[in-house]
Amino acid sequence: MSTEVTEAPHGALGLSPDDLLRMHRHMLMARLIDEASFRQNRMGRAPFVVPVSGHEGCQIGTASAMDRDTDVWVPYYRDLGVVLVAGMSPYEIFLGVFSKADDPSSGGRQMPSHWGSRRLRIVSHSSPIATQVPHAAGIAYAMRYRNEEAVVASWFGEGATSEGDWHEGLNFAAIHRLPVIFVCENNEYAISVPQAKQMAVPDVAMRAAGYGMPGVIVDGSDVLACYAAMRDARARAIAGDGPTLIECKTYRYLPHTSDDDDKSYRSREEVDEHRHRDPIDRFTAYLIAQGVLDHDGMQAMRDACTAEVEAAITASWEAADPDPDTVLRHVFAERDDA
Amino acid sequence: MSATNVVTAIRDTLHAEMAADERLVLLGEDVGTRGGVFKVSQGFVEDFGERRVIDTPLAESGIIGVAIGMALHGMLPIAEIEFADFIHPAFDQIVSEAARMRYRTNGDWACPMVIRAPCGGGIHGALYHSQSIEAFYAHVPGLKVVMPSTPADAAGLLRAAIRDPDPVLFLEHKKCYRAVTGEVPHGEHVEPIGTADIKRSGTDLTVITYGYEVHRCIEAADRLAADEGIQAEILDVRSLAPLDTATILRSVRSTSRAMVVYEDNRTYGAGAEIAATVAEEAMFDLDAPIVRIGGPDIPAMPYATTLEHYYTEPTPDHIYVAMRDLARF
Repeated sequence: MSTEVTEAPHGALGLSPDDLLRMHRHMLMARLIDEASFRQNRMGRAPFVVPVSGHEGCQIGTASAMDRDTDVWVPYYRDLGVVLVAGMSPYEIFLGVFSKADDPSSGGRQMPSHWGSRRLRIVSHSSPIATQVPHAAGIAYAMRYRNEEAVVASWFGEGATSEGDWHEGLNFAAIHRLPVIFVCENNEYAISVPQAKQMAVPDVAMRAAGYGMPGVIVDGSDVLACYAAMRDARARAIAGDGPTLIECKTYRYLPHTSDDDDKSYRSREEVDEHRHRDPIDRFTAYLIAQGVLDHDGMQAMRDACTAEVEAAITASWEAADPDPDTVLRHVFAERDDA
Repeated sequence: MSATNVVTAIRDTLHAEMAADERLVLLGEDVGTRGGVFKVSQGFVEDFGERRVIDTPLAESGIIGVAIGMALHGMLPIAEIEFADFIHPAFDQIVSEAARMRYRTNGDWACPMVIRAPCGGGIHGALYHSQSIEAFYAHVPGLKVVMPSTPADAAGLLRAAIRDPDPVLFLEHKKCYRAVTGEVPHGEHVEPIGTADIKRSGTDLTVITYGYEVHRCIEAADRLAADEGIQAEILDVRSLAPLDTATILRSVRSTSRAMVVYEDNRTYGAGAEIAATVAEEAMFDLDAPIVRIGGPDIPAMPYATTLEHYYTEPTPDHIYVAMRDLARF
């Protein structure tokens, strides 16, 4: 029941040059924020950061097919690229990195990269794995109940697919043919445990057949292929044809988190080999070949993004820390809560 | 006012609230066509349709997880866990997700939802249809835990739980379902969560309890009053979290003797928290040490009648003696 999506030219996808440049900018921004966050960690200014590098193609590709005015985002902790597309700014992301009072996700209560924002319809998640998957099913149920023309998407790694909550969420969504898209960012490792010790099947997408939903395999370093798969899945969901499981084959270049040492479980040669299929390099080459971007334009975009990241770091570092007197607040509703 | 039993009071309240607010849905195992194993939702699927009365897959974590998603997107879900004994797979969803949602988002997101679960023993339910689970959950900030003992409290607390902006675990003691009858006020009767209720007034000692033990304590107290003229005040906490410490302390200070009675395993149970609160706040108002009566510290309630009866001590006889001894101390 699983099908493979190969590279699709942008014209056939209805993407304009401006759309492509926006996607490219989001990918570049995710990479630059990631690298800068790691530097902040190594400088001792951020106790803990979660890398994204390598996942930009599947994150920006799938997220860009969402409707930012209607849809709901249910990400996991590696989804820096997803929340950038959803509308979280680099400044807001660094407020989280530095656990500042105005961090939109949690006001400095959760670790960085535990995204959330009601304004942006990004649903808060925790650290236990796959707990957000049944939430996505429930949100989709509510969307249909309320006659909304919208979808919800949930992102997770391949390790999440071992969890009972993952199964329970997909099963419920499929039974009710709900408008939800499940996006697996399969980067081959759940921290250190390789996929072969996580499941006996070669593809997560094969599991979709067990739920009676389509399973789609897509090259996660091909941003346009990821966009195409998500666009099709969204159309199915909106049409009332139910959920889709999309498996993006991707790779993470950096350790699981700033506290992980990935040299203990994978070789440098393996990592380097994957870096040769870098989703950003690949998309840059495509844009240059298509005449959408030239080398000067590329450099100008990189400079602008770098400047924005540096400004975001400076401003967020200076922002106020959470007031310790607020630590007891928001256990339950307060009088002025809506 | 009209006389009814607890299960009917819950059913009627649920029905009235669902009829009044389209955001309410009921989901769980067997809640639809079967109408729930205790018939709480009998006829609901005919009245509200399958969109609002949802027979779920047999997956407790998924039931709560889906309900959380609904709550995050503008609905008011009432999730039924068929027996409280089966709630444990959903512990993570309840504790890590529903109870923490508001705190972890600094007040941005919230989870208004009710989790209903029939609990408690004494109905030949054995190890997996008899459990008391309240202590696990009353320990969790961000979650409210209530357990009514009468039809009026069941109706009033359920209505309060449905209207609460935060998640509420609504525990229904199975032995109360049909054995306990009483008056339920007409109309939109609401009992505020976090308020205890004096079920029997007395001047000689205070017995703090909840669930079916309320009725055992009242029976023992009535006999003790007839036999010895000792008047025990029976205080039904009704809400384990938040706990109405003000009412507990007021009663204890007036009688100067305190006893806690609960069906759950004694060790680390709700009675430990209540006894500790009394000891901390009212030690010098007491004329006797606090007495704590709980279930035995064995893994579960056994099936055979003789074994089950041992577990469901505190029986009225047992409580009677403990009350008398405390009053005479």
